[in-house]
Order: sequence, then C-alpha cells, then structure tokens
Amino acid sequence: MSEYIIKNGHVFDPVQGIKGDKKDICIKDGKIVDKVGSSAKVIDAKDKTVMAGAVEIHAHVAGPKVNLGRIYRPEDKLFSCTPTKGMERMGGGASIPTTFKTGYEYAKMGFGVAMEAAMPPLFSRHVHEEIRDTPIIDEGAFPVFGNNWFVLEYLKNQEIENTAAYCAWLLNVTKGYAIKVVNPGGTEAWGWGLNCLTVNDPVPYFDITPAEIVRGLMEANEYLGLPHSMHIHPNNLGNPGCYQTTLDTMKLAEGIKAKNKFGREQVMHLTHSQFHAYKGTNWGDFESGAKEITDYVNKNKNITIDTGNVTLDETTTMTADGPFEHHLTGLNHLKWANCDVELETAAGVVPYIYSPSISVCAIQWAIGLEIALMMKDPMRCYITTDHPNAGPFTRYPRVYKWLMSEKARKQQIESFKHKDKVLSQTALGTLDREISLYELAQMTRAGPAKSLGLAAMCGGLKPGMDADVAIYNINPDKPIANPDDIEKAFSRCAAFFKSGVQVVSNGEIVSNGNKRTLWVSVKAKENPQVARDINEKFVKYYSMTQANYEALGHHFVPNPYAIEVDATN
Amino acid sequence: METVTITMKNAPALYLEADTISPDAFAGKSAAQIAELPVFEGNVPSTLGKYFDVKGNAGATAADTKIVVKGDAQKVKYIGFKMTAGEVVIEGPADQYVGAWMKGGKLTVKGDVGAFAATAMKGGEMVIEGNAGNYLGAAYRGDWRGMSGGRILVMGNAGSDIGMYMLGGEIVVNGDVDVHALTHAEGGKLTVKGNAKSKLGGQMVEGTIIVFGSIEVMMPGFKPNGEVELEVDGAKAKFAHFIGDMGERHKKKKGVVVYGNLYKKI
Repeated sequence: MSEYIIKNGHVFDPVQGIKGDKKDICIKDGKIVDKVGSSAKVIDAKDKTVMAGAVEIHAHVAGPKVNLGRIYRPEDKLFSCTPTKGMERMGGGASIPTTFKTGYEYAKMGFGVAMEAAMPPLFSRHVHEEIRDTPIIDEGAFPVFGNNWFVLEYLKNQEIENTAAYCAWLLNVTKGYAIKVVNPGGTEAWGWGLNCLTVNDPVPYFDITPAEIVRGLMEANEYLGLPHSMHIHPNNLGNPGCYQTTLDTMKLAEGIKAKNKFGREQVMHLTHSQFHAYKGTNWGDFESGAKEITDYVNKNKNITIDTGNVTLDETTTMTADGPFEHHLTGLNHLKWANCDVELETAAGVVPYIYSPSISVCAIQWAIGLEIALMMKDPMRCYITTDHPNAGPFTRYPRVYKWLMSEKARKQQIESFKHKDKVLSQTALGTLDREISLYELAQMTRAGPAKSLGLAAMCGGLKPGMDADVAIYNINPDKPIANPDDIEKAFSRCAAFFKSGVQVVSNGEIVSNGNKRTLWVSVKAKENPQVARDINEKFVKYYSMTQANYEALGHHFVPNPYAIEVDATN
Repeated sequence: METVTITMKNAPALYLEADTISPDAFAGKSAAQIAELPVFEGNVPSTLGKYFDVKGNAGATAADTKIVVKGDAQKVKYIGFKMTAGEVVIEGPADQYVGAWMKGGKLTVKGDVGAFAATAMKGGEMVIEGNAGNYLGAAYRGDWRGMSGGRILVMGNAGSDIGMYMLGGEIVVNGDVDVHALTHAEGGKLTVKGNAKSKLGGQMVEGTIIVFGSIEVMMPGFKPNGEVELEVDGAKAKFAHFIGDMGERHKKKKGVVVYGNLYKKI
C-alpha cells in the first residue's frame, strides 16, 4: 500500500491531546505510523486543519424504513439527482439519498465510520445489502431490542443471563453492532392501540414496564461486555413535557457500571436528546428542557448523549417508534407509512418540514444547539441530526457553523418570524460559548469512537490507529471572518484518507476505498433454554424459518470486520 | 418582444427531454447560442440545434422573449419548463410536462398535450386548444404540493387525475374530464363545461368544482347542501350544491368548518 506524509497541517487530535500544533501525520499500510520512508507521497496541508476521520454514532442510512422512505417519497429525488461523474455513480435524494450518494456525501465531509441506528433483526439481510452498496465508509448496524418478544418475556422474570444469551445470538446472526432500544415497550403496546409514555406504563399482555426493559438490557449489555453501551431512544419522544420521562429513563442507569475491554465508560447512550428535552404542557407553552437534561448528564459520567440537531429543512422522519409517527401524521397531515416487523418492531415514516417561520420548529432548532453548548464534557456529547429525522446528515457543516459561531446563531435567530418566542422559551440567546476545533474533534471523532468502543481503531491520529485522516480548508491561525466559511470548509474536505487510501481530493471522490462492515461477534456460554426458545418461536410464530434468518456469507457481508467479545467467563 | 422560431427539422428517434425550450433559458442568447442548448434524447446528451432549426435571437430577458415551436413536437417533453415570463406558442402537439413548474408568462398549445402538463404550476397562463392528457395541473409524483396559482384553459377534453392536490389557481375544461379530478385538493377551482366521470373531488379538503354536464358516479362523501345560482363567464345558472369530502379532515376558519364545494348544473 502507498505511504503518505501529511506535512505542515494544524493537527487537532483529542486522543493525543494535540490542539492545533503543526505536526506531520504519516500513513503506511492503512495505519497511522511514526514515520515513513523518503519515497512516501507528500501532501501539503499548510494553513489547513487536520483531523481524524469523523465517526457517525446515529443515523438512519440503510434498511427497510429508509427504503420505504425512498419508495414513497419520489419527490425527495426531484431536482436533487447527481449524474455519473468520474468515480461516482449516479445519485439522488435530498433527505433520503441513495446508498451511493450516502457514501460519497459522508466521505466528502471527512467521515470514515457511520452507524445505522435501527436494524429490524428480521430484515438484517436488507440492511446489510444496503450497507454493502454504500461505498467508502465503514458501517455497523444496531439491531432493535426494546420491543422484542424474547426480551420482554425474559426480562419480565428478570432473567438477565437468558436475555444476554439471546442478545448474543441475535448480534451474531444479524451481524449487528450494539443493543438499540426504541420506545421500550411502547411500540409493542401500539399493537393494542396503546403506547408507553412513562417508564412505568405497563406493556399489555407482557406485563412489563419500560423501566424493567431498559434496566435489564443495560445489565445484559454489561454482562456480555459489548463494545458499545445500550443505545436508547426513550419513551414519550417529541411531546411537550417529555424531559421528565427522559430524566426517569436516565436515572435507571444509576449504580450500573461499565464492564468491557474497549475503554468505554458509559452504560447508556441517550440518542437525539433534543427530541427528549421538551418542557411545557402543549405546543403553545412549549419550552426547552435542555438545562435539566444536560445538568443531569453533566453530573452522571456513565451516560453519553448525541444532540439530534434540527437543521430547518424539509426532511423525512423515520423511526422504529411506530406510534410516534402515527401521532405525527395526525399533526402535520402529510403522508404516513408503517413497516411492521413481526415479533420485533414497527417503524413509521412521515415527511416533515422544519419551517423557520413556525415557532415550534425554531425552538426545536434552539434546543439542539443548547444541549451541545451546555454539555461540559465534549467527549460525552456528539453532534448528530438523527439523520434524516431532524435534518439530513449533509447539513452537519451548518450545525458546526452554528455551534462554532455565536454570530451565526444570532443571525439565524434574527431571521426567525417568532424570534422573541425562541429567546423566551430557550436560553440560547444567553449562551456565548463557541465550540473550538479541538472540541469539535472531540464531539465528532474521539468522543463517538470511545462511546462505540472503537477508541483503539478510529477517532484519533495516534500511531497504530486506522489511517482515517481528513484535511479541511480552515486555517486556525486566522480568525474566521465569515461563519459561512466554516460550513463551506466542512462540506467538502481538501483531502480524505480512509484506511490509508486517498478517497477524496479537493472535495471530489477519487477512490471507492475498501468499505467494511463492522459487527460484534460474541462468544457466549451455551444456553440450551434460549436455543430451545428461539427454535420454538420460529416454529410457532415467525413466517420464515431460522435457516433464512441469518445474514451470512459473502453476499450480505462481503468485507466484514468482526469485533470479538468473549462472554464465556 | 423578440421572437425565436424553432422548427423541427430532424425528428428524434427517442423522446426528447428539452427543458431548455423556455424563455428563461433562451433569454439573452443568439440563435446560434440557443442551438447549442443541451437536451437529452433518451439518455444521450445532445443539443437543441440537432433537432430544431433556430431562427431569431431572444430578447434580453425572459419577459422580452417569445418562442414559437413549429413542426411535429409530439415527442418533445418539458417545453416551457419552469418558465417565469415571456411567451411560448406550440403550433402543433407536444408530449409530457409542458409548462411544468411554470411560474409566469403565457404558454399556448394549438394541438394536444401529453400527461403532466402544468405540473405544480405556480402562476402564468396556459391555453391548450386541443386535448390535455392525464395529471394536468397535478402535483409531482408523491408530492402534496400541487398547482398553486395561474390559469389553465383546455378547449378540448382532459384526462384523469387533473388538479390532484390542487392548492390554488384555476383550471377550465371546455370538454369532458376523466376520473379522479381534484383528488386531495386543498384549494383552487375547476370548471368542467362538459361531463365528469367518477371519483370527482375524492378526499377533497377545500376548493371548488363546477360541472355543467353530467357526473357519471357521485362520490358518497359529498353531501347535498341545497341549490344556488352562480354566474360563470357572465351567464347565470342554477346549480345543485354539494359539500365534501365528508370522510376527510376539514379546517375551521373563523369558527366555521370549511368544506370542498361541488356545484352541478341543474
């Protein structure tokens, strides 16, 4: 493989504590190394910013609900298609881009890893086929467990060992990465026309509460010692007053300690926290609960969060929280689709326009930024848009602009129709913090990598780590005159190396890289009871056989990267 | 106003996607420059000049530009695409998407047009002297934002699904219309001087339909609401009034529930 030396760049690497110093970065055989030979290709990064490849901790980029969105929103592709160009295949779609466009857009922004946030286990084959067709970036997928019949039955009797054995089996057969929980119990309750809006609402038939599901899955996660923690979208998403349910959910992590060999410290990752930080009793007195949420997370080190920033765009919402999407279509009267998955989950899809002239949307925008600015430790708060729910991931550079420039935030607030309401219902106007490039590297690289248990592999530029290196057209020695320059620089990196291969040059794709599928291979103790239960469920309930369930072989996961976990002790 | 006349000299074997035939794209260009404008024949990029003989230079702006299309444009799509001003006259028939996303100006077609004419039209005036195809003045596939302004006159008949998701503006059809007119409409007005078929105004939330002839099958979601006298094109007549679609949600304006209105001449 080629050798490279990136010279004279301003390096920002939280893993080594480098804060903009000029340092040469050497790449050899796909890894960062101390030095390279004299024949190494020299890349001049003078007056530029050098960071590790970014890590996406939560996005909906592959699988049945993403595809359902593509199918039922042909208008999303209207006037947004890009023709074949050089290395790039044709792409299309604004909020739900095609697989190829997804890979290209992430790479052009300097992302090396992205996690698909909700994989229905039954459709893991579909998820992996889409991941396979998304070029360049390494991807993993989180199977959903929070409404799964096995989990509900085991946890009703507090059988942590059996739950863990089932989770291990499911991660292995679906080639999954982590335990994802979406509206625990609520999506299943919807089968009875109900929902779970607090952590104590019982799930009909199963007679279990969300609190028991969440706590049980955290314990099972630590019992197995998985690289990532339980990753949760709590109950009561998006409703005024939901911050209380979020606090109740986070309190369930009290007393649980992280046990793993990957350097992960948290036991719960709270995702798209913006959607879970609402105070008020209705859309009229709707206000921010960002302070309450971040106060709690700042104090409790065993929790990490991501933001879920609203980007003020027309987008497509999609979540395994089926009842929420049904509720949303009743609010905005736009088309609704549902994708029920037997025994496991049910996702919904509804288009949504976050209009700057609607006060609720403007307040949601402010809450997402408040959360990022109120979090004291950038290693525990990551920037997401819950793509495509709060906005497309292609808007990350705009979110960075708002976080890095008070001037940009003020300009945006000034342009709102209901700016007084934004200022009275949130504290954004009082926050003068501006995220530094170093903090940005923590929030988009080192932080999410550590939370995912990938700290040894990516998110930093330490010798031995994968050579994911992004170079941006920002000179940290010079003050930024126009905040829009931040957005421009992060939209298209000057160069991006993925696992030591240059995939982007001057914002254009120059190679399709060597994309990998990340998954967690768990070696668990034999558990005859769980094996028998799985067999029985397939015979009695599933509409397919166990033999057709597994995502295996070259077709589904052509280039796997398995992270081994030994849970036999 | 300057006139550019384009005459078909070399008919395409495949359908021609010519979204550059609009006063906006022609504005400020000479005949030679216009001949160089890009088009697609099937999936192959080509130029306008390969198919059309171009005579005359365009005006400085779209508003100063008139385009006359002569010859057989039956296999040409997207004429007048996104036009904002000026004038287009198609002397014969044209294919799909004539005047799609049109915002202003005047577009006249002397022959028939294919489907999706005036898709999501926002403003301007369109006159079709022949017949219109399906989805005239409808929303783009999947979209819920249909025609929101402007006026369409069809002197012949129109096909099915016209005015789907209509939000505003007006469509007048002198002849008959096929099924599913003004489905999902939330505004706008359709006048049918001839006859209508079934599913007229299905899932309509707001808007107005006036039918002079017969309605083959009335939607069950429309409720009789007495008789009214209306003046259409200067002539007064009596109409049976229906409101609906009762199966849909309806907004309240100043405390009064707003329905879609359907008038049928008695």
